[in-house]
Amino acid sequence: MEKKLTVTIDGQEVTATPGQTILEVAQDMGIYIPTLCHYSKTTNVGACRVCVVEVENARSYVASCCAPVTPGMVVRTDTPAIRSAQKMIVELLWSSGDHNCLTCEQNGQCELQNLVYWLQIEKPRFKIEPPGYDMDDSNTMIHRDLNKCVLCGRCIRACNEIQVNEVLDFANRGSYAKVGPAFDADYIDSSCVFCGECLQVCPTGAITFKQAKFAGRPWELKKTRTTCAYCGVGCQMDLYTKDNKIVKVMGNREYGQPNEGSLCVKGRFGMDFVSHPDRLKKPLIRYKKDEALQETTWEEAYTFIADKLKAVKKANGPDSIAGLSSARVTNEENYLFQKFMRAVVGTNNVDHCARL
Amino acid sequence: MAGLAATFGSGAMTNSIDELEYTDLILATGTNTTENHPVIGAKVKRAVKKNGTKLIVIDPREIDLVKYADIWLRQNPGTDVAVFNGLMNVIIEEGLYAKDYVAQRTEGFDALKAMVVKYTPDYVEKISGVPAQDLKKAARLYAQANHASIIYAMGITQHITGTDNVKSTANLSMLCGNVGIEGGGVNPLRGQNNVQGACDMGALPNVFPAYQPVANEDIRKKFEATWGANLSPKPGLTLMEIMAGAGSGAIKALYVMGENPLLSDPDLHHVKKELQKLDLMIVQDIFLTETAQIADVVLPVTAFAEKEGTFTNTERRVQRVRKAIEPPGDAKTDWEVICGISNKMGYPMHYGSAKEIFEEVTTVTPSYAGITYKRLEKEGLQWPCPTAEHKGTKYLHKDKFSRGLGLFTALEFIPSNELPDQDYPFLLSTGRVLYHYHTGTMTTRAKGPMERCPESLVEINPADAEKLGIDDGQMVKVTSRRGDVKAKAHITTKSAPGSIFMNFHFTEAPVNLLTNPALDPTGKIPEYKVCAVKLAAA
Repeated sequence: MEKKLTVTIDGQEVTATPGQTILEVAQDMGIYIPTLCHYSKTTNVGACRVCVVEVENARSYVASCCAPVTPGMVVRTDTPAIRSAQKMIVELLWSSGDHNCLTCEQNGQCELQNLVYWLQIEKPRFKIEPPGYDMDDSNTMIHRDLNKCVLCGRCIRACNEIQVNEVLDFANRGSYAKVGPAFDADYIDSSCVFCGECLQVCPTGAITFKQAKFAGRPWELKKTRTTCAYCGVGCQMDLYTKDNKIVKVMGNREYGQPNEGSLCVKGRFGMDFVSHPDRLKKPLIRYKKDEALQETTWEEAYTFIADKLKAVKKANGPDSIAGLSSARVTNEENYLFQKFMRAVVGTNNVDHCARL
Repeated sequence: MAGLAATFGSGAMTNSIDELEYTDLILATGTNTTENHPVIGAKVKRAVKKNGTKLIVIDPREIDLVKYADIWLRQNPGTDVAVFNGLMNVIIEEGLYAKDYVAQRTEGFDALKAMVVKYTPDYVEKISGVPAQDLKKAARLYAQANHASIIYAMGITQHITGTDNVKSTANLSMLCGNVGIEGGGVNPLRGQNNVQGACDMGALPNVFPAYQPVANEDIRKKFEATWGANLSPKPGLTLMEIMAGAGSGAIKALYVMGENPLLSDPDLHHVKKELQKLDLMIVQDIFLTETAQIADVVLPVTAFAEKEGTFTNTERRVQRVRKAIEPPGDAKTDWEVICGISNKMGYPMHYGSAKEIFEEVTTVTPSYAGITYKRLEKEGLQWPCPTAEHKGTKYLHKDKFSRGLGLFTALEFIPSNELPDQDYPFLLSTGRVLYHYHTGTMTTRAKGPMERCPESLVEINPADAEKLGIDDGQMVKVTSRRGDVKAKAHITTKSAPGSIFMNFHFTEAPVNLLTNPALDPTGKIPEYKVCAVKLAAA
């Protein structure tokens, strides 16, 4: 048995496991501590200090996401002094960037905006002085506006610790610090492989889904959980749609296996084909070999196929007919296809491209 | 798949994706994981960086994973059986194998032991080019790990010895007692979203759903009763045999659902000629693919985002597909189309939804019997899941193999069908790149991937490029005995000297005009990873 210890948070005494952080224990108790840079499954860095709490006998406020609980520890999460400190931090973050919610894609799902609201900040006491960085508009997939970056480092940790692509890091120091690929390159000129994990974890509008820009506000989008149609990993993904179009694709850590919220460039940015104008819309038929394909009705297509198949079967037997099913369609459709070939046509000539 | 089925009694990935992150050692061979299964690739990298997992890469190409590997064995393409025999030679010679496991759970060890004797590290070095010392190091590293997982993909299977290659990975895994344990196993990474499901559902010429043989009378009777039809006991033709049958006139009509053989099959000139001989070709797809263009009837169907259903992933996990948007025009789901044709043929199929079909699936597919749409609502279930209470199966062959004892197969090395010679001095391998997928019908219509990778590239080693006077980005002509293709050169050490690599995503550079249709005799997989070509600036 692992040893347990006792701590007191906001007057409630609880048992905790050594190694647990104050934040984790508080979350288990249902106590809300605001966070910003914290991101589960990555290193706790305590960069933003939004999660500070009071710990009895500590020299200063403690970042609860990093501090492990110790025996007998007494913690307060909601004192006026703590709220005041949190407000100060959020006001500083606000004033150091161009956080203009009017045009921001993250409006309504921005974690900085949520903090401002939760802490009831009317406006920052400091002069708003955005750094004035150029936007990275270099590609059609990921849009970067570092003027909205709060330097939480989540994207860096996601890039290095979750996807292990090792593209992003901090550059420069102090108020000149910024996040990006080596040599301050735009994404398109870097070794970025466009998995999009950085935009998935970004708490603000600094890194966003380019094609979703002006394609719908967060609350106008319908979210449908499904399984990716590319490789065999079977990533669980959310399709965000509006006006019968896929607007953006996101992973979701809550879904767990097999991908734990991660996606790759194909799953996230490879869905344009679905609503592509080249999609087939009508059945096509070619009555004679040298004619062109022409549009027809389903009824006509079904009749033509059934008559021809019956004639071939009668003249040459069922084994003169073959079917190729598909590794791309659903189980239900594969099942029905082989049932059709076996029970209706009468042949076992059915295969698919597993071998290719 | 046939290789694993013969060895263990089941052809699926033995273990689960998440186990890779916490295992002691991963041996990755014939899988460019970070490009073809990027999310699994990330797990492998995390395992190495965060959890201290050892990584052995056996691959002719200097793939991304090589950067993370403890040992990289760069074998000549097509010499996998020799390399695996060499690893086993060292492990047996040095007494590092799992003696109790081999004695209790396997058969055929003595024959294997006798056969690998001659595959000494020096002998294997002559065949494969892998330095004897590296082979020994890799063998010891693999044998000494408590839990070691082998992952592989098409680099193992797309050879005339594909089945032998798979059996070799299984031999090694069993030799060290790694099958039937968490974090171990032999794990084929499936390239397409529902290959596993298509196989499970019996889209194969010799088996009904859940791999129940069509030749078995009792099983056939069960299906005859459920389906109300007389069924043929004769196993059918495989894809490549069907294509050949179209050419010879034995096959008169072909129904193609969601496949594009006119870009994916080897020796395309020949395939097109064969398909044009058919009396009737029906193609059911979302685009007018190369294959659909020569069809007699083309049927428009829904894409994955426009329908309900299930896919089964590479780790046997059955997961829900959900409808997010309406299909364009008159497009219907594939299952509705099958029902439409069937009804006209005089065999009524009246299903109200994909769910109703799935319910029928579970009645005839024992490994899916306990799965319902309701249970899949939150998370997928890994088969076998035989009952409503069963929680699904994380890894197979625990305590006992599906076939009883695990079967060692003693396999001699056989060279590839077409190796470089004076006239065609380069070895061509084909495969995918990160930004594209299979025949490109989906990804070449996506802005982002096209921006990153707009065309086919011929990957050439710098030494070869210098000899031939080819610059990076210059057009080159690649010629095999079957055809020629032009594409831009990409000079990179990813290709070994004497070898080139091309992808098969682009219609503009259909690399399968070049490839060799020589098949693995059991798996009937073409040898996409090895054929002989010549190369010149175009």
